[in-house]
Amino acid sequence: MSKSEVDVPPKGGFSFDLCKNDMLSKNGVKPSYRKTGTTIVGMIFQVGVILGADTTEGPIVCDKNCEKIHYMAPNIYCCGAGTAADTEAVTDMVSSQLQLHRYHAGQESRVVTALTLLKKHLFNYQRHVSAALVLGGVDVTGPHLHTIYPHGSTDTLPFATMGSGSLATMAVFESEYKEGMTVEDGIKLVCDAMQSGIFNDLGSGSNVDACVITKRHKEYLRNHLLPNPYSYINPKGYGFPKKIEVLLTKITPLREEVQVIEGGEAMEK
Amino acid sequence: MDLSLMNDLNAPHSMGTTIIGVTYNGGVVLGADSRTSTGVYVANRASDKITQLTDNVYVCRSGSAADSQIVSDYVRYFLHQHTIQLGQPATVKVAANLVRLLSYNNKNMLQTGMIIGGWDKYEGGKIYGVPLGGTLVEQPFAIGGSGSSYLYGFFDQAWKEGMTKDEAEQLVVKAVSLAIARDGASGGVVRTVIINSEGVTRNYYPGDNLPLWHEELEPQNSLLDILSSSSPEPMIS
Repeated sequence: MSKSEVDVPPKGGFSFDLCKNDMLSKNGVKPSYRKTGTTIVGMIFQVGVILGADTTEGPIVCDKNCEKIHYMAPNIYCCGAGTAADTEAVTDMVSSQLQLHRYHAGQESRVVTALTLLKKHLFNYQRHVSAALVLGGVDVTGPHLHTIYPHGSTDTLPFATMGSGSLATMAVFESEYKEGMTVEDGIKLVCDAMQSGIFNDLGSGSNVDACVITKRHKEYLRNHLLPNPYSYINPKGYGFPKKIEVLLTKITPLREEVQVIEGGEAMEK
Repeated sequence: MDLSLMNDLNAPHSMGTTIIGVTYNGGVVLGADSRTSTGVYVANRASDKITQLTDNVYVCRSGSAADSQIVSDYVRYFLHQHTIQLGQPATVKVAANLVRLLSYNNKNMLQTGMIIGGWDKYEGGKIYGVPLGGTLVEQPFAIGGSGSSYLYGFFDQAWKEGMTKDEAEQLVVKAVSLAIARDGASGGVVRTVIINSEGVTRNYYPGDNLPLWHEELEPQNSLLDILSSSSPEPMIS
């Protein structure tokens, strides 16, 4: 590109310069991706897998009740930590690949299939897709639990924790977990661990979601625990003024404003 | 949370490791610790770093967990095809050469060192080392990972030609436990895999049953065990 081209002022057209963001960055505000300060856990019990997740999103809490347990297949679910957009996108993508694979194979998806698809994607993007996942499910070969790191490495474990709350939750699992627990004990342990994460980790908070997967049955317990109810509710309530002022009622048809000139210079270089 | 620890949680998932492969008369013994860490946080204290490639060939992985997993996944896939096309089990040499090929061709992308060990009917038990650059070396014994630097002298002294299976396994367990004692990045349990003409045997030695070395304390299951002990000196039960 020659210099003169750059210097020529644009001849009309719209400018999509984001004036507001420009102002913000001048004032030293740097917008960033929405990261989830998160606690996610998973454990294997007697006949299945239980997954758990908190529901807070963002360093300034953007969403106090988001869903971090993602659907992969009817028998497989996946908890996500890291960049919210990435965990959402990668799980959606793989769940669609799994659906197509089921149409092709005519049988239930396996957890290792989901694992391989996820780890291949994450390895290909060499950590640029920042998704840290806890993958759990039950298939013909039994219950399975895996963790997947943003680099594409995977682990197979009887209990797993991830996200900023992983240390607090791992402490609970390390002291309380036993092999072959019942569903009730399992759910209780996951809830204890989750609460340890929610209360002891600054990045995590709000409610506990859980998902219990057994052979031929699953139960998505949305907001299973609500340990952080609203402590202050404005007695006046929130609302908007009932009457919104009408600024303009004159209608200007746009079509008439456009002038079409034939045979002009098509486009200047 | 402590910021340095947060950065560690986002650090690459890697295996500060001790891995060993030893030949004996009739086969090979592979050994490894079980610690996987992200920075100073132990992400997995019971990982399995001895991965199966075929029925008769296994590999010990060290370095980046992601890289070593992808390499061994590809090699397993290629060996599977190779076995079908050949109509007979792949040799250890073929397996090691495939690992070398991937490590060498992608040396700029990979941070992993591997030890390949196995048994085949042509050459018997064989150990091959494929360190960082992607070179292939056949060795009577091979050591790798961060813990191996503590073991060179020990192996120079203790390794002997023509050991029995039990002697070789005891040597491996002893060496890994020595490395665990001195290397902070190695720990957990000791896993071994013995491969010979009879087949494959997997063993594991829990961390609290390992021999104690210089100045090491008896293992305690829990802090509570120490606190409730009647001894006036709580650290000596």
